[in-house]
This record gives sequence, C-alpha cells and structure tokens, in this order.
Amino acid sequence: MNKLHPMGKLLVCVIYIFVVASFDKYAIDKLLVMAIFPIFGFIVGDLSLKEGLYRMRLILPLVLFVGIFNPFFDRRELFSVLIAGYQLPVTGGVVSMLTLMLKGLFSVLSAYILIATTSIEEICYALRILHIPKIIVIVIMLIYRYFGLMGAEADRITTAYMLRAPKQKGIHYRAWGSLVGQWLLRSMDRAGVVYESMTLRGFKGDFKVKRKSLKSADFLYPFIWILLFVYIRHFY
Amino acid sequence: MHMADALVAPAVAGTMYVLSTAAAGVSVNEVRKESNPEKIPVMGVMGAFVFATQMLNFTIPGTGSSGHLCGGMMLSALLGPYAGFLTMIGVLLVQCLLFADGGLLALGCNVWNMAFYGCFVGALLIWKPIMKKGASRAKIALASILGCVLTLQLGAFSVTLETLASGVTELPFSVFLATMQPIHLAIGFVEGLITTAVLIFVHEARPELLWGIGEASEKKEGKLSFKNTIIAVAVAAAICGGVVSLFASAFPDGLEWSMEQVAGTTELEAEGGAYDTAAGIQETTSLLPDYAFKNSESAAGTSFSGIVGSLVVVVVTVGACYLFKFFKKNEAD
Repeated sequence: MNKLHPMGKLLVCVIYIFVVASFDKYAIDKLLVMAIFPIFGFIVGDLSLKEGLYRMRLILPLVLFVGIFNPFFDRRELFSVLIAGYQLPVTGGVVSMLTLMLKGLFSVLSAYILIATTSIEEICYALRILHIPKIIVIVIMLIYRYFGLMGAEADRITTAYMLRAPKQKGIHYRAWGSLVGQWLLRSMDRAGVVYESMTLRGFKGDFKVKRKSLKSADFLYPFIWILLFVYIRHFY
Repeated sequence: MHMADALVAPAVAGTMYVLSTAAAGVSVNEVRKESNPEKIPVMGVMGAFVFATQMLNFTIPGTGSSGHLCGGMMLSALLGPYAGFLTMIGVLLVQCLLFADGGLLALGCNVWNMAFYGCFVGALLIWKPIMKKGASRAKIALASILGCVLTLQLGAFSVTLETLASGVTELPFSVFLATMQPIHLAIGFVEGLITTAVLIFVHEARPELLWGIGEASEKKEGKLSFKNTIIAVAVAAAICGGVVSLFASAFPDGLEWSMEQVAGTTELEAEGGAYDTAAGIQETTSLLPDYAFKNSESAAGTSFSGIVGSLVVVVVTVGACYLFKFFKKNEAD
C-alpha cells in the first residue's frame, strides 16, 4: 500500500469518511459493512490495530458525551434481541449511540491507514495536485519539520530549569510566561537560521517533490473502493 | 473543542468547508500581498508551537475537567489574522492526520470554530482596536483574556450548533449549550492568562514581533496606572450598580428558573435548628434584603443597593489587594 499514489489514497480516505458520516443514525447494519475498508487496510498494510485504536483517545470524550445521552432521550423500541433465553428490547437511542461510536471508530482508523502508509511529503504533494494554495502546503510541511525543533528546544529549556531548581516538582507557575516565551523566541531564532540556510541552498518558496509515475494499481485502488462505497451506501 | 468526523453530517461539513475556504481564500490573497518570505518560517514555528501547546492539557479548577490551548489569539497577535488563520489550518490538518484529533470531514468545522473566531474576530475586533495606540501590559492582558474568552465562547457555540444540525445527538439544545459554554468559559480564561504571560514576555523581549501595535505609547502608559484603574473601575461599578440595575430583569435567574420548574418555587423551604439560626442571622445582618430598602419596594432602594453593593465589592477588593501586597512585601523582606 505504501507504493500506491498518494492522490488515490487521500481520495479513498476522504470519500470513505464522507460515506460513513452520511449514514442514517439507525443504519447500523449498513455501517457495519463499511468495516471492510479498515479491515483491508490493517491486514494488507500490516498495521497495528492497537496503535489505531489508541488514536481514538482524543476524540472519544466528545463523541461519548454527545452519544451517551441518546439512550435516555430516544426510548423508542426498534427491535429486540434474544440473549440467554431473554428477549431484550433495543431502543433507537442505543442504536444511534452505537452508530455514532462506529462512525468515530471507522473515520479515525481510515485516517490512520492514510497516514501510516503515506508520508507527510506525499500527502502535501497530493494536496498540491488538488490545487491547495502553496502557502498552506508549505506551512503544513514546516509545522511537521519544526515540531522536532520545538521539542528539542523545550527539552533543553526544561533541563536548564531543572538544573537551576533542584528538587522542585514541576515548573513554578511564575516561570510559565517567561519559560514559554523564551521557548518561542529561541525556536523562532532557530527557524530563522534554518530558513536562511534553506534559501542559500536554493529554496524559493516551494518544495520539490519527485513526481510519481502512475501505474495501473494507482487507478484500480481508488476506482474499486469508491465503487464499493457507493454500492454499500445505495444498493446494499 | 476539536470536532470528530462522526459528529458532523456531510451537509454541515460541506457548508463549513465552503465558509472556511472563503476565509482561507481571503487570507491567502492578503498574505500574498504582504509578500514577506521571512514570515514563512515564523508561521511554521508558530504552528509547531501551537501544535505542541495544544497537546498539553491544563486542569480547570473546580470542575474536575481539563482543557488545552486553542492558540488562535496567540497566533494572530504574533502573525496577524491572515497568516495566523493559514497557520491554524496547517495545525488542524496535521493534528487530524497525525493524532486523529479532529477529522478530515470535520476540518471545515474545526477551522471555523477554532481558527476563524480566534484569528479574525480575536485579532480584528479585539486585539487591533485595543492596541491601536500602542501596547502595554494591561492592554495585552485585557486583549488576551477578552479575546480568548469571547472566541472560545463563539467556538463552543458553533460546536453545539453544528452537532445539533448534524442530528447525531438527542440532547436538547439548551442542555448541550449549558454544558458547553461554562466549561469553555473557564478554559478561555485560563488560556487568556497563559496567552497574556507569553505575549507580555514577547512584548518586553521583542516588541517588534507583535502584530497590530500602533505608535509606541510608553509615555501614555501612565494613563492606566493603579490609581486610575481603581478610580475607573469604581466609577464603572457605581454606574452599573446605580443605573443599569434599574433595568435588571424581574425574571428569576437561570438557577432560580430551574428551581421553579422543578420545585415550583424559587426559594426552597428548609426546617430545622441550623436553618432557622442561619436565617435569623441573615435577617438581622442584611441591610438591603432582596436588593431593596427594608419594607419598601421603591426604585431608589434598588439603585441604592446597586451602588452600595458595588462600593462594598470595590472596597473589599482594594483591601484584599493591599493586604496581598503587604504580605508579599513582608515575604520579600
């Protein structure tokens, strides 16, 4: 999957999320079929499911908060299930809550498949093909690159602070403003130096990404998946 | 504040994408007009900075909850609204791809909720007018706190509207709103304090880095001295207490309204020794029960209560400040 053209992978990911989000709140049966894409991605891409599920932690609180009250407000019985000889009624609220959770899970997993099989440079290349303005794409690449720089600066500053304030737990709140401000200014200086050296090496405001030659798989991959998504959405 | 893909219906996502794209289009044009290539690495660094700070959650006192910086106000104070907006788009896109915070479908919503309000409303309607005649510590604090609180309130309100318009929750609008707004008020306040600390440091170390600062007005800084501020606050409080209180709503406040709906009364009856003793003390000590003279319903009583109340608050606050100063001085000695 890593060798596929980034444009196709980005397109499939965005359309998948769009289709998943478009399902009705009670259409849990159809939605479950949409699991085929993440299953395929994780098996073929040899990805860690644990890593993918771990990424749910950031969006889970809001999704949970929004969905958790549905069973209390929507008590209309949709169907019942037979569990250990007992007929258990399943209300609309329970179904809509589960649908919401599944939507959240599927969209996070599909974005993970994209980023795990495509480098940030390739995604930026795909964004440029989509005519996303150059300045936005450059900023995305710089954020990605400077993130490491910021981390290294933060590490240096906190180490220096700890050495000056031994046995102190954490950073005193009075030092927060100057510490974070110092961190920012130092990183800006470093970024300026990096930018100067980039300019000296011929950077003219655009990153050159090696153009990828298209193979048949690059066309087949998005074509088959989009066809499948449309089929599941409308005819399944 | 980051909305997930699961919370947005395609129609809502599409609408928000259109709105955010329009704002991005304006920003791209403005940044092109500026034609300042040196700003590009600063945008990258600021983006990485906001990206990093958004990963650190701070505790919201007394709520058992936590929040993280939004960063829109800080970005626009350092880069201006247009470059700040584009940087926030970069931050949000990297976040949703690398950390699954937000989502590709919800990106338009997140850009609107976090970048548009923070960068455009915060920078153009709050930061710029306040800094028109130069910056000072007090002005930076005012703009940062006001900007962060207001833009986060707007963002939280938009999240509520977008989620409800998407039809994914059965939560009533009022309940959802009542949960979202207060917590983001607290988050906005803490973010305002952190933004203030950082921007004051930048202002003192490199004032040229701040955006939208008018002619340097260090000489005018005396206008916002401690004494003048206290006098201004006292006058404003007296006006609010004496004049505005006359127009105060006769309806019960939110909590009283809720109590009335549930219990049928705005004042719950309680019996018992402790309650009776406390009520007796309150009866004796309250000079102006229910914001009026005792046994009188005149408007003058309401006005008088407002002024007296405001004065008491001002006196207590000033006293507390001087006490704080006194103890701090002793501690330093």
